[in-house]
Amino acid sequence: MSKCRDLIVAIVLTATLTAGSAALAGPYGLGRPALTDEIAAWDHDVRPDGTGLPPGSGSVEAGEALFSERCAACHGDFAEGVDNWPALSGGQDTLDHDDPVKTVGSYWPYLSTLWDYIHRSKPYGNAQTLATDEVYALVAFLLYSNDLVDEKFVLTQGNFLTVEMPNAGGFIIDDRAQAEYPAFSRVPCMERCKDNVQITTRAGTLDVTPQSQTPEPPQAVPPPTDPALLAAGEKVFRKCKSCHQVGEGAKTRIGPVLTGIVDAPAGVADGYRYSKPMQAAGKGGLIWTSKELAAFLTKPKSYMKGTKMSFSGLRKKDDIAAVIAYLTSFSG
Amino acid sequence: MVGGAAHAGAAGDPLITQVQDWASGHGDGVDATPYGLPVKYESDVIRRNVDWLTADTISSINFTPIHALDGTITPQGCAFERHHSGAIDLSKQDYRLMINGLVDQPLVFTYEDLERFPRENHVYFCECAANTGMEWAGAQLNGAQFTHGMIHNMEYTGVPLRTLLQEAGIQAAGKWVYVEGADASSNGRSIPLEKVLDDCLVAFKANGEALRREHGYPVRLVVPGWEGNLWIKWLRRIEVMDGPVEAKEETSKYTDLLGDGTARKWTWEMDAKSVITSPSPQSPIRHGTGPLVITGLAWSGRGAITQVDVSVDGGANWVAARLAGHQHDKALTRFYLDTDWDGREMLLQARARDATGYVQPTKNALREVRGMNSVYHNNGIQTWLVTPNGEAENVEVS
Repeated sequence: MSKCRDLIVAIVLTATLTAGSAALAGPYGLGRPALTDEIAAWDHDVRPDGTGLPPGSGSVEAGEALFSERCAACHGDFAEGVDNWPALSGGQDTLDHDDPVKTVGSYWPYLSTLWDYIHRSKPYGNAQTLATDEVYALVAFLLYSNDLVDEKFVLTQGNFLTVEMPNAGGFIIDDRAQAEYPAFSRVPCMERCKDNVQITTRAGTLDVTPQSQTPEPPQAVPPPTDPALLAAGEKVFRKCKSCHQVGEGAKTRIGPVLTGIVDAPAGVADGYRYSKPMQAAGKGGLIWTSKELAAFLTKPKSYMKGTKMSFSGLRKKDDIAAVIAYLTSFSG
Repeated sequence: MVGGAAHAGAAGDPLITQVQDWASGHGDGVDATPYGLPVKYESDVIRRNVDWLTADTISSINFTPIHALDGTITPQGCAFERHHSGAIDLSKQDYRLMINGLVDQPLVFTYEDLERFPRENHVYFCECAANTGMEWAGAQLNGAQFTHGMIHNMEYTGVPLRTLLQEAGIQAAGKWVYVEGADASSNGRSIPLEKVLDDCLVAFKANGEALRREHGYPVRLVVPGWEGNLWIKWLRRIEVMDGPVEAKEETSKYTDLLGDGTARKWTWEMDAKSVITSPSPQSPIRHGTGPLVITGLAWSGRGAITQVDVSVDGGANWVAARLAGHQHDKALTRFYLDTDWDGREMLLQARARDATGYVQPTKNALREVRGMNSVYHNNGIQTWLVTPNGEAENVEVS
């Protein structure tokens, strides 16, 4: 064994001594040289000093249109965040509050991080489909949505480093060794360490722990006659109300009127400009049966890629059944 | 004799006195399950998620059922998952690993290449930095799986990253490496070269078999003792650099906000921590008074566990628990306190100590330094209230 190790050490030493002639194979001679094009295809990282940033530019205006089309379904039209999806704007001066809001504007220390991340990983579920100028435009729009540039701003490789991030100075390198370890390394008390012990908080009172031990069986949609179900549906519909109206006097708002939607063809409400996929589905004969609605409401963006509905979906089957029952009660 | 499961009637326990089917007929033959799964009676020992935590299950996390496991090794099938773009499908044939940047010769390895380097075996825990993160504001989730289950502990087989970097030849200006995965999130992170040369492992087996898809098949990075987010799955590229990238997961996330509004970055090490896994809310006492095994897990990202103290009275008095087996650096340690329960209410706590002399702090001690909004690195002492009926609840005490 020791001979074997000596041999490896000798090989490593030889390699170290002869390093400098770059084409030399390593100690084991394994792998093959990475080609320039291969490195270019994978090496995308952009650093705080702008290293790695390709030439290009994008305006706030172009970014706003792109954001609305490709990002707003999760992040909201103003990057304010939808449901549990992250807010990307706002939150300035909240970092020392009880409920800090950590966004691009309030928290992110480097603009390069935003460019790098959008370029590499966005849009969610469709990564690496944005052109360089589109990435610049989206970054410009997010700066604008955080009040860091004006609406005429155009971000370029040349002015990239002139943008000041508000929280650039907000970070310190891990100081636990000084701030915590001395206090947390004292020999601890073993006996009669406290005079009395009081319970201060209890998880039971919050009741936010998942209880289900086994997956729930699928439930059929019950007929919409049960008053309790209608009441439950009305409650669920509050989530929809910010965009949709239903019943007497309902008007098109952010989303179309939903009166009579159940068992109606898709994409036909008056006065609403549907997304292209929704129009196509309607022309293709899609009828909003309870079953189709349930599928749509479970995951709108998966059910219909490109829908303008920026709602992430209802998780609970009961909620879906209830809201469909509620909608069914407005037959139009 | 106290309690005891075998309450024999006058005629004796029928499970003993009568011939049972399994003692008479045949069981399954070999090949009934070419790759075995847990027995149906253990179907509740599964990963679970908390659906309100994240917007969807693609960029999300679930939790190891630590309340129902024993020993120290986590079976892969129930070891927690954390994805930023979902668990991708990547075959060994399609796998490529690139090393570039400040090296003498940028290289590309296939999976087969990796298997030809000398390899090592090590047991390490992998803990998400956000483990226990929901508990900063007070006791919230009622179960060890949910409060402490973003952790697993496996025996990894792989090649030291040092070996691969030496194959490419690290240049003198190289001080950091940037590591990224093949998935859409890439989850790129910067790691100081010193750590990489010390003990990072490019792993392709866990607990003796191939990694599971959800843990990065075919190849993941193992960064012993450091937060799980650095353990890049589907590892595809390692770039030697002269500084950090300051990527999304090391700036906007995985940084620890302090009470004054500043934030710590590069908080890589996982401090010493422990939790009693049974009794606990999902593992109540069902057997009544008498002999009771209190057990749990302890770990430290800075070395081996040297002692675990257990209190049954909310931290007023402590006794040293029995540590089972050998204590490995940066790996889980199993502890036991074999007791006799008189049926009185208990406030159970465990307190870990590691080889550096660090003693696991209380949650309030952490809050005094960091405030309430750090999200990550909550290693404060956990308390379970056990009531006379044997039920347990997650609580905090003064």
